[in-house]
Amino acid sequence: MNKTILRAEKINKDFSGVQVLFDVSINGEAGQVHGLIGENGAGKSTLMKIIAGFLQPSSGKIFIEGQQVNFKNPLMAKKRGIAMIHQELNLVEDLKVYENIFLGKEFKHRFLLDKKSMIQRSKEILKELGEEEIDPLEDMRNLSVAKKQMVEIARAISENSKILIMDEPTSALTEYETEILFKLIKELKQKGVCIFYVSHRLKEVKEICDVVTVLRDGRVVGEYDVSNVSEVELANAMVGRELGNMYPEKPEPSDEVILEVKNLNVPNFVENASFQLKKGEILGFAGLVGAGRTELAEALAGLRHKTSGEVFLNGKKVQIEDYEDAKRLGISYLPEDRKLHGLVLDMNIVNNITLISLEKYTRFLIDRKKEISKASEYKEKFDIRCRDLFQEVRYLSGGNQQKVVLSKCLEVEPQVLILDEPTRGIDINTKYQIYQFIAGFVKEGKACIVISSELQEIIGLCNRVLVMREGRITAELIGKEINEEEIILYATGIKERVH
Amino acid sequence: MPQESKKGFIDYLKNINYEKYGSLIALIVLFIIAGIANPIFFRPLNIMNILRQISYVGTIALGMTFVIISGGIDLSVGSMMALIGGIMIIVINQFGGNVLAIILAIIFGAALSVGLGLGTGLIVTKGKIAPFIATLGTMAIYRSLVLYFANGGEYRSISSIYPKIGGGKIPLGDSFFIPTPVIIFFVYAILCHIILEKTRFGRYVYAIGSNESAAIYSAIKVDRVKIITYIIVAFSVFLTSLMLSSRMNSVSSTSAGLGFELDAIAAVVIGGTSMKGGRGWIWGTVFGAIILGIINNMLNLLNVSPYLQGAVKGLVIIGAVLIQRKRT
Ligand SMILES: Nc1ncnc2c1ncn2[C@@H]1O[C@H](COP(=O)(O)OP(=O)(O)OP(=O)(O)O)[C@@H](O)[C@H]1O
Ligand SMILES: [Mg+2]
Repeated sequence: MNKTILRAEKINKDFSGVQVLFDVSINGEAGQVHGLIGENGAGKSTLMKIIAGFLQPSSGKIFIEGQQVNFKNPLMAKKRGIAMIHQELNLVEDLKVYENIFLGKEFKHRFLLDKKSMIQRSKEILKELGEEEIDPLEDMRNLSVAKKQMVEIARAISENSKILIMDEPTSALTEYETEILFKLIKELKQKGVCIFYVSHRLKEVKEICDVVTVLRDGRVVGEYDVSNVSEVELANAMVGRELGNMYPEKPEPSDEVILEVKNLNVPNFVENASFQLKKGEILGFAGLVGAGRTELAEALAGLRHKTSGEVFLNGKKVQIEDYEDAKRLGISYLPEDRKLHGLVLDMNIVNNITLISLEKYTRFLIDRKKEISKASEYKEKFDIRCRDLFQEVRYLSGGNQQKVVLSKCLEVEPQVLILDEPTRGIDINTKYQIYQFIAGFVKEGKACIVISSELQEIIGLCNRVLVMREGRITAELIGKEINEEEIILYATGIKERVH
Repeated sequence: MPQESKKGFIDYLKNINYEKYGSLIALIVLFIIAGIANPIFFRPLNIMNILRQISYVGTIALGMTFVIISGGIDLSVGSMMALIGGIMIIVINQFGGNVLAIILAIIFGAALSVGLGLGTGLIVTKGKIAPFIATLGTMAIYRSLVLYFANGGEYRSISSIYPKIGGGKIPLGDSFFIPTPVIIFFVYAILCHIILEKTRFGRYVYAIGSNESAAIYSAIKVDRVKIITYIIVAFSVFLTSLMLSSRMNSVSSTSAGLGFELDAIAAVVIGGTSMKGGRGWIWGTVFGAIILGIINNMLNLLNVSPYLQGAVKGLVIIGAVLIQRKRT
């Protein structure tokens, strides 16, 4: 073991004159999990894409097993045994699951595609990932973000590569799927695969990585042996200063109910959901992937058809047929899938943020100045790292894109804010800012629903937690009951409480 | 250090946004080539002639830009133009060909265009039929109606004042005139530019063309915006109908508007608007239309066989898209 199979030396990279990587060197050994952490926009994805041939460095050398390589495209990297799981899902929505898994490496029988074997092999790989219930013949677009992520992982694994790059693979997964993934990573490690693991979840990095490299503003600021460094030390290395407690003090909710939902049904997804939300409250929704949390939220926002159910806002019954109704009533929803639902990638930052609230900036024509000054407020507030506000969002790093979606969602000045995976792909520093923001937001007599696959987030942030399982709300946890064990017991159905 | 400045210049060339300015660069280059090939090209009268000729398809292309940016297409514009023109002439003749008749015909033509656009929009959005198919259908329907009403012949206006609209000129100095179609085209271009870049509607058009789901998640009424784009293109068709039918004082049921859809789409695409939707601009379409006009004119001046003009046009379209293809 301990054989260096990948060596990147003094990598520099600039995008039309803006340099994002400075003399970065990194090594990968066989049978080793190499963590890569850093703030949003630090250059992690860029570095990984260079190694996998998706981008070309401006200067620097890459060696594989001692031999210098010069990848012009991902195919060349693939031939040398490099596979990458992208942070932004890179799947073809219109194709089926198995077609995605075997895209570009289809099995052929004479001149025809060998569908049967591909479907069979897909089943096996998905089973290895504990995802037997994903049908290889399902259309990609019908899968939830987490399932898509699992397919993306399946695709990379199917290549049997020597070097496997995972760019925030767990940002959309719950503990349960994460555990399965970790088991798989350990197996791959045994087989001598070299794995690069990018994540903002330091706990995971501690758990699965052997060594970790910290990037800050495009430079390597440290390389650590994971066994003798603490999470706090890593966090401090990332942001370059001390970081205190992540979670703000939990706010005191009032007795006044702001939102009440009675017997809401979404066929196949949500069954008789009823709950109350109080002013000043942060209500968490926990559950496994596919438990129906997103569908419930979308139904509340008018983005999904509900067959029955009543919604009361401030005691008054309201009709929400489409998102515009919800918006008018002051309900705002942050979608889970930022690339598909949250952003117009061809548009710049300003236009994305104000897309949902243009009427505020328009008399007859759009007041460009007002729009820009509002966008720069958000840039300050959430520390959006960009060249300027007119940069197309497709060129932002994943975490910074997420900040744009969050800004957009606040543009409607909601009284009820529904956040579906609000900190997906966001670094600790900004997470901290977002948590502070949520706490401040509900203090003004508003309320917030947080759906998150990160249990720590739910536990640290929420006054009350509803656990969903297979479309039903199976538990309500308050105060001391809000802890990991309880949530997992209810989420997996080991414990059940009639609600 | 000459070497360094050379590198700087090449970098500068590399960093130009070809997707956007490619059409302008092509236009300038073509302009110079045409002038060198035949100096007659630079005569003001010739230039005015080119501009007048492109105003017709150009005006339709302006409307087409909205539809294409929103992710749609309208193939029916050519036959729609013949239909609206023909019906306007019928109205003029019915009411005796005086000023009042002309005003009535214009109102009727405009209203008809809005109605037709609304119809296409409804078929595409509520009927959920792909725009290509839907407008392939309406294209056949309109042409057939035009032929039927004229019995395969010509619509001839009895009015002596109608030609003054499309054939009109505004004098500029002693011997220089600007034809009304040119003025209409440029004023309309400015208006379209403002609508596309500075209004909510315009912003929504881009958003829908780029990512329709994200538009829905931004509380945008997607169907309504799409329908309006089809109304805009139909209204543009009406303007062209008015300019052309009045200039000729007649509409041929067999040949009026034939091939306009292809020229209009070509102008939009040469101008840098993406057929996939979500990206594009009005001035690009203006440049695209002028490029097509210059090519026709240049080939005429050089006595190239008219049969070959299509080949040249085709090459320019392919070339333009190649230059504009996004570089990373
Ligand atoms: N194609 C591109 N064009 C221009 N700038 C880019 C492009 N891709 C990335 N960038 C910029 O490079 C910087 C690094 O981005 P990168 O995606 O590598 O960050 P990251 O460390 O992965 O961040 P995150 O944690 O948010 O995913 C960012 O400032 C980003 O805006
Ligand atoms: Mg990244």
